Amino acid sequence: MVAYFGINAMKFGVLNFPGSNCAEDCFHVLDKVVNQPTRYFWHQETNTTDLDAIVVPGGFSYGDYLRPGAIARFAPAMDALKEFVEKGKLVIGICNGFQILTEAGLLPGSLIKNKSVKFLCQDQTIRVENAKTPFTQKFHKHELLMTPIAHNEGNYYIDDEGLAELEAHHQIIFRYASQDGTVDDSTNPNGSVSNIAGICNKSFNVLGMMPHPERNAESLLGNAQGIKVFESMILSFTNSGN
Amino acid sequence: MIKASVTVMLKKAIFDPQGMAVKHGLDSIGFKNIDDVRVGRQIIIQIDSNDFGHAEEEVKEMCDKLLANPVVESWSHTLELMQ
Repeated sequence: MVAYFGINAMKFGVLNFPGSNCAEDCFHVLDKVVNQPTRYFWHQETNTTDLDAIVVPGGFSYGDYLRPGAIARFAPAMDALKEFVEKGKLVIGICNGFQILTEAGLLPGSLIKNKSVKFLCQDQTIRVENAKTPFTQKFHKHELLMTPIAHNEGNYYIDDEGLAELEAHHQIIFRYASQDGTVDDSTNPNGSVSNIAGICNKSFNVLGMMPHPERNAESLLGNAQGIKVFESMILSFTNSGN
Repeated sequence: MIKASVTVMLKKAIFDPQGMAVKHGLDSIGFKNIDDVRVGRQIIIQIDSNDFGHAEEEVKEMCDKLLANPVVESWSHTLELMQ
């Protein structure tokens, strides 16, 4: 199964910190489901030259000590990741990866404890708010997808000014919704400001999201909607002339 | 040796779910007069120096860079000489 391999293949790196526990799931989906060349990118590594995109996976990097992502942010790989982002390459942070990207200042806001003070592990409907990004172009606007969430600190916080800026630049990519597409307090699992489940930076080459698209990427598992996140990334890579 | 005690709290404007859970816990064991509870984190740092001015600067830098997240947290500290 090497259908995509060849001149158009997009090389993915899966950033692996001590305590990352979704790295293998991401690796599997990239390697075996969307058939792209994939390698782990170790937290001590700094050479990204062979990579076209980096996934910052979920887990509990450095035991979530102090705050989720607080220690990971100082790993040597993070300086390399910042340069990678400055070059316009694609980076997606999932769950703990999202927390790390906010701690590193690559995405605005912060993720604090769920309003319920409970670890949430459930299927969650999210709504695509912006389908014109490199991560969502295979979706249509307001498409609904059922994507698992599994987090203790997924309560996205940003101040009013920051929220207005996110909205003005269409940086809100996913919102928590009900199965019929309603977005309000009753469909907000964790207390996130404005039901935010995922955001992009202003250049739209960095996405952070709390739900796990790598966990619903195969029909064998009952739901393959999440695969479109990775397929969108590959499409944007091939469309950019690679 | 200087002992720095740093207290990190969620900013006042931000709802503190842990504080709310503790408040409910206190209420359930009979403390009915609690108006508000907020939960933070205390970090004790022993600095190998007797220079308070320098220690002050170092603690500020530690908080800004690592110990607190300025997006959601504020911090305060005290310094004392350890015998």
